[in-house]
Amino acid sequence: METINAEIFTLTYGSMVRQLIADYEDVEEVNKQLDKMGFSMGQRLVDEFLAKSKTQRCSDFREAAEKIAKQGFKMFLNCQATVAGWNAEGTECSLILEDNPLTDFVELPEQLQGLKYSNLLCGVIRGALEMVNMDVECTFVRDVLQGDEVYEMRLKLLSSSPESYPFKDDD
Amino acid sequence: RECAESCMDYLTLELVHHYRDAQQGPSLQAALDAVGERVGRQLAERYARDRPPLTEPLEAMKWLCKEFWGEVFRKPVDNLRTNHRGTFVLRDTQFRWLWRLAQNQMPPQLGLSLPPAVPKTELAADYLVLPCAIVRGALAQLGLDCSVAADAASLPQVDFTVVLAGG
Repeated sequence: METINAEIFTLTYGSMVRQLIADYEDVEEVNKQLDKMGFSMGQRLVDEFLAKSKTQRCSDFREAAEKIAKQGFKMFLNCQATVAGWNAEGTECSLILEDNPLTDFVELPEQLQGLKYSNLLCGVIRGALEMVNMDVECTFVRDVLQGDEVYEMRLKLLSSSPESYPFKDDD
Repeated sequence: RECAESCMDYLTLELVHHYRDAQQGPSLQAALDAVGERVGRQLAERYARDRPPLTEPLEAMKWLCKEFWGEVFRKPVDNLRTNHRGTFVLRDTQFRWLWRLAQNQMPPQLGLSLPPAVPKTELAADYLVLPCAIVRGALAQLGLDCSVAADAASLPQVDFTVVLAGG
């Protein structure tokens, strides 16, 4: 992967969030837009991820979550996430980030406490998984900017449809 | 700290899409002007922090072409020209941010009648709003008010024309 100094990305993201806040004047709407933008990014980015990580198709949700955490975050944001908190059915888990480059240099003022500043990431994950036929819900449940210890995204598998014949990978 | 270059590609692509499709709010030009100008100011502040102030416009332009461009757009500007009356033309023969657009070829038509492709120059215009605003912001941070326009008629080469206010 070609890399750049992350502050260019971080500052552009911050400036964009600021613009969205000015545009919509409603944090809920901003959260929604960030998720939506992330979704389109995830749909595009998954191709690059599959190509460059030389990874095989994930067989199940559990494997997909591990790949996002261990390889996805590493590859694009150069940070690592851990998977935790699986439910018994294996359909829900959490991605925990101790370090999140998006929030470097960021402090939220009092009146923006409802803002899910990094919500783009939820959208990216949702968009990327959608392209491999996994329909998920993804939301921030803990956020360092809101005073929590770590960043935690809760991931919930809604449905998945395995690709069936004749739509196989050509090896 | 580093991140993948493609993060920036996906983000700028999505920024353009978002403001091009938005039903309400500011125009693409206005929104990306504001976004880019803030980024340019912040980056210039960071990169120029540890150097003596640049008092002459030409000095500032040289710094922009070499140091700033190198950091933000991955390589220095190839050629800087000026009329010595406040107009500068910065030529980047391989402008990194439009590299993918420049390489992208339309697929062969396979007998289908596809709508005519949008000319690349036109497509490029939307993607040049942000870099132009970043450059304007960086120069504003150095105390130079200016306008910046870009010409992408011969991609991947892009010419940026900077006109200082009040020459």
